[in-house]
Amino acid sequence: MTAIRVAVILSRIRVEEKLLLSALEAAGAVVQLLDDGELVFPLGDGRPCLEADVVLERSLSAARGLYALRLLELAGIPTVNRYATAATCADKLLTTAALTEAGVPQPRARIAFTAETALNAIEELGYPVVLKPVVGSWGRLLARINDRDAAEAVLEHKETLGSYQHSIFYIQEYVAKPGRDIRAFVIGEETVGAIYRQSPHWITNTARGGTASRCEVTPEIHALCQRAAQAVGGGVLALDLMEDPDRGLLVNEVNHTMEFRNSIAPTGVDIPARVVQYVLRQARVGVASQAVLEPAL
Amino acid sequence: MSYQTVCPECEGDLTLDDPMVGEILPCAFCGVDLEVTSLDPLQLEMAPEVEEDWGE
Repeated sequence: MTAIRVAVILSRIRVEEKLLLSALEAAGAVVQLLDDGELVFPLGDGRPCLEADVVLERSLSAARGLYALRLLELAGIPTVNRYATAATCADKLLTTAALTEAGVPQPRARIAFTAETALNAIEELGYPVVLKPVVGSWGRLLARINDRDAAEAVLEHKETLGSYQHSIFYIQEYVAKPGRDIRAFVIGEETVGAIYRQSPHWITNTARGGTASRCEVTPEIHALCQRAAQAVGGGVLALDLMEDPDRGLLVNEVNHTMEFRNSIAPTGVDIPARVVQYVLRQARVGVASQAVLEPAL
Repeated sequence: MSYQTVCPECEGDLTLDDPMVGEILPCAFCGVDLEVTSLDPLQLEMAPEVEEDWGE
């Protein structure tokens, strides 16, 4: 059988990328590394051309990864994740909209475009609330706002000091979670594992010091994760769930370039190997569909 | 292949096993993130600052 050619787009090689590259090698794939800082794509007078059966996108930069995926769609090469999934997940507002359309339970949120209307929305939701940038990661620039004084100050700062995107005010109710949240890993139709992220701080990201322990993937977690994953287009995804004392599980965020270094040991799941299996499967599906479209003469 | 080098920030002695160009490694002594910028010869530089759209 011919080895599958996998191109990996990346910015830097972190622990995750190194584990994925090892897993690709172990699976017998032919790997090509593409540094997103060195890529030039033709557009307008041609289409990107890449000698690969599938592309795994692992850019550190959400913007670079997103545009690269769109351009690779033109080349007709299967990508993990697909552009539509990445575009939805890279933007919290679009994620929330997709989850809303699918009826997936999530924290209440309000969107406003000026500091004044944002303040009204915050007062309507009731304190505390969480202000989030629509594009961002690792818990950066999240603000828990406990009262009107803080709201006025943070809104003014964001409007004055931030880029235009910081004036798209994404306001989320503060969920009184039990000192932890759940990070679940979805690969295709499987929820391969989950961890609790425990922290005395209200931000529980492991990038911010949250500690990981095993969380059993219950049928309820699996069903909710699958609904949420389907809502954003499916693929390789990390979902953040919150346990609300009254409403049960809520989907907080869906991440499309997931980090998993702290989750392999507690879940006991070889996450990079599972990702690679999925990537190779997408390549085979892509090759098969091409064969149907272009019958041999 | 194993490489011996020193951290450009704290000059701590580092041993790198099978490094790759572009790899990000934390210094075991001072904790800064270092980037492997060359293998022949081995060169380490301070990793770039996190940018606004970096992450998952």
